[in-house]
Amino acid sequence: MTTTTTTITQEEQNNKHVTNDQTQQEIDQTAKMQAINVNVWFGQKHVLKSVNLTVKPNTVTAIIGPSGCGKSTFLRCFNRMHELAPNAKMTGKILLDCEDIYERKIDPVQIRRRVGMVFQKPNPFPTMSIYDNVAAGLKLTGTKNGKHLDDIVKRSLEQATLWDEVHEDLKKPGTSISGGQQQRLCIARAIALQPEVILMDEPCSALDPIATAKIEKLIIELKRNYAVVIVTHNMQQASRISDYTAFMYMGELIEFGETRQLFENPKVKLTENYITGAFG
Amino acid sequence: MMHSYGFRKFKNHLFFIICAICVIIAIIPLASILFEVTKNGAPQLSLTFLTGTNANGGIGPAIQGTLILIGLTSAIGIPIGILSGIYLSEFGNNKYAQNLRTINNIITQFPSIIIGITVYGILVLALGSFSALAGAIALAFILIPIVTRTTEESLKLVPNNIREASLALGAHNWRTTLNVVLPTAKNGLLTGTLLAVARIAGETAPLIMTIMGNRYFFQGLNQPLAALPLEIWKDALQPYPDVQARGWGAALILILIVLIVNIVVRIATRSKMKT
Amino acid sequence: MKSPNKQQQIQKTTKSKVTGDNIFKILTTIIATSALIILLITGYTLVKGSIPVVQNFGVNFFFGQQWNPVEGREIYGILPYILGTLTTSGVALLIGVPLSLGIAIFLVEMAPKSLRVPISYIIELLAAVPSVIYGLWGLRVLRGWMVTYIETPLSKYLGWIPIFSGNPQGLDIFTAGVILAIMIIPTIASLSKEVLTAVPNSIREGAYSIGATKWEVTKRWVLSYGKSGIFAAIILGLGRAIGETMAVTMLIGNATGPSAMPTSLFQSGQTMASLIANGFTEATAGSLKYSTYLGVGLTLLIMSLVINVGAHLIMTRVFKVKGGAIEQ
Repeated sequence: MTTTTTTITQEEQNNKHVTNDQTQQEIDQTAKMQAINVNVWFGQKHVLKSVNLTVKPNTVTAIIGPSGCGKSTFLRCFNRMHELAPNAKMTGKILLDCEDIYERKIDPVQIRRRVGMVFQKPNPFPTMSIYDNVAAGLKLTGTKNGKHLDDIVKRSLEQATLWDEVHEDLKKPGTSISGGQQQRLCIARAIALQPEVILMDEPCSALDPIATAKIEKLIIELKRNYAVVIVTHNMQQASRISDYTAFMYMGELIEFGETRQLFENPKVKLTENYITGAFG
Repeated sequence: MMHSYGFRKFKNHLFFIICAICVIIAIIPLASILFEVTKNGAPQLSLTFLTGTNANGGIGPAIQGTLILIGLTSAIGIPIGILSGIYLSEFGNNKYAQNLRTINNIITQFPSIIIGITVYGILVLALGSFSALAGAIALAFILIPIVTRTTEESLKLVPNNIREASLALGAHNWRTTLNVVLPTAKNGLLTGTLLAVARIAGETAPLIMTIMGNRYFFQGLNQPLAALPLEIWKDALQPYPDVQARGWGAALILILIVLIVNIVVRIATRSKMKT
Repeated sequence: MKSPNKQQQIQKTTKSKVTGDNIFKILTTIIATSALIILLITGYTLVKGSIPVVQNFGVNFFFGQQWNPVEGREIYGILPYILGTLTTSGVALLIGVPLSLGIAIFLVEMAPKSLRVPISYIIELLAAVPSVIYGLWGLRVLRGWMVTYIETPLSKYLGWIPIFSGNPQGLDIFTAGVILAIMIIPTIASLSKEVLTAVPNSIREGAYSIGATKWEVTKRWVLSYGKSGIFAAIILGLGRAIGETMAVTMLIGNATGPSAMPTSLFQSGQTMASLIANGFTEATAGSLKYSTYLGVGLTLLIMSLVINVGAHLIMTRVFKVKGGAIEQ
């Protein structure tokens, strides 16, 4: 595992020098998801520049970088959420189990069931109860109310470590609980679909430290069943919970590697400057 | 599962098509109106048509009447509306003003024919005759609440620091309002007022019981008056093709007035926003 | 009364005397009272004018169907016109609401950016066309379409259903309802558009992220979030429909008396507004007939008030409460 990562990192490095010939990125068979040469424009603005990244199964991958570096946009490419922005344009490939999710025949609706997402601000559905928030995704595909659905809701809330706190209030609106609970509800909502990957876009930035600690603990637990990709502006958080870390700056991926290596012994000067707080 | 997904996808496409059809259905009447009015109205246009009386085959009195009504109504309604709007925006933080605001919103929604019979009851009966003045008052009743609202909304958009800057220079409140706040809100005011005037230009119902219509040109503020909307209505109900054709011609003139104001105003505001 | 406001606050620090400022404030206060005056004049004229007819006929004025202007045997009941107003407005809503919602959804959720502005623009122009021109177009164009493509087939195949019975002539409740539907589309569509735009994007994102299609996102999340706002928009459309006069007057066929009872869509009818437009100027001031028209006007005004105030209350509640919830 370690060797593969280093190759990738070296490739990254090469990539930065040989900008013209990046199409020949190798497909990593062991990766859960892999971004190959991803470019994104919003209108005329080039926000992601030839980014490559590999996500291993059962790991937590953190993406760090100063605000505006394109990390959230990049994350949204992994389940095609960035397409909701009216003027977004993207080139490159994102592989899920070695299959490009941007291929013509692939519908984003199906991808999003396999790649779940948790947002920066907790956004439980205000018109739905806690129960329905978790069940919403399954109901879309025709799962009817009943024992089976009850079980999935219970299991998802348990996995999100929320069951004990809300099991008596399942009929209450999803917005009636605290911010940290809401965020865990959103995680339960994503888990209920039994996705393969969970994307998290600064999931703790709107939460207090105690709620943050709970979510962080939960993220480490989630690793057992899913691959987790988390965007964060909090470097301590990245070093606490992630196995791999990617540092992005101005739309480019500067360095990617094992978290400990990246934080203790960064290969690129820019990464070091950022980590030591020289800018950001 | 796959079947279910296909069905969901199908519903999604169907939904898109249905919504697009809704848009098309709504555009058809507008397109047809513009087409028919132009097709039937344009052949009527001539100097005699624009300046002659009905007896000469023209709609001169109706055009003149509508212009007079627009002028009179604006003269009565715009100052009142703007001053009311200033009150609501600049001094409107009390119970009385809040009630006035609500009342203003309510009378904006009055059916216009109600305004017609009201003005008939208080003015036409008192003066003993249908009159240009009664028509202008009725239209002013419709115009005032709209202008009040537009003014209030435009003035509220003026940032408070502009007021403070002027007061800091030692200017009085009323000077600040008239010389600084109003000019800053000029674009919004102008847009709203023009659109409101365009709207009252096409009002018909309240004119039936106030100006009544006239075969001749303007004869005095206390005399019945012709107007384009009334001309269109009366001509449309006549069985004679030449009279009906005259109605189409009148409709073309009216729609030109209304739509030109609308289009010019919107284009002007849009280019403003872009720069 | 004297809670501080923008200018007062600032002024407090300077001096306050009998100055131009006070005169200006008093002047604008007096002029702003014009709204109240208009309301009072309208209410007074209509209430005072309708007293005779209500005294004469009591509740039969509202529930009677007869219309006999012959002096000495005068009898006026306005039930057919109240029902005519409700029926035409109902038809207008049945047709206009789905179309308006389709347009609003298309504009907010689906249309490419380049189409949004021109389409909303066209919808607004629809609102700018004067009522009398709708009437003219309805008389010369829509009436023909209605008879040929809609009413004749309907009466041929569904004529056994009472509401489709009769011989379609085009000057009837159905045509009046259709023209009203067209006229209320801009009102409902643009208000619904605002309501949908106010639905927070985080809700859409959450829904898309669990793999919902656009239709599902719209139906289950966006519409359900905005439902009370959309309801208010519909009520405001209804308010516009019941007061609309000229186009209806020109298309409804203008029946009076029991024959104006809306029993079939293909029958001529009469609304309260069209009744006034047709006959008001023929009534001598002070006569019972004159009072009848004012009574009809008052009834119409009260209906319109109830509808608009109701919509207003819903609207303010929607935007306040939900606005607060969005911000958390």
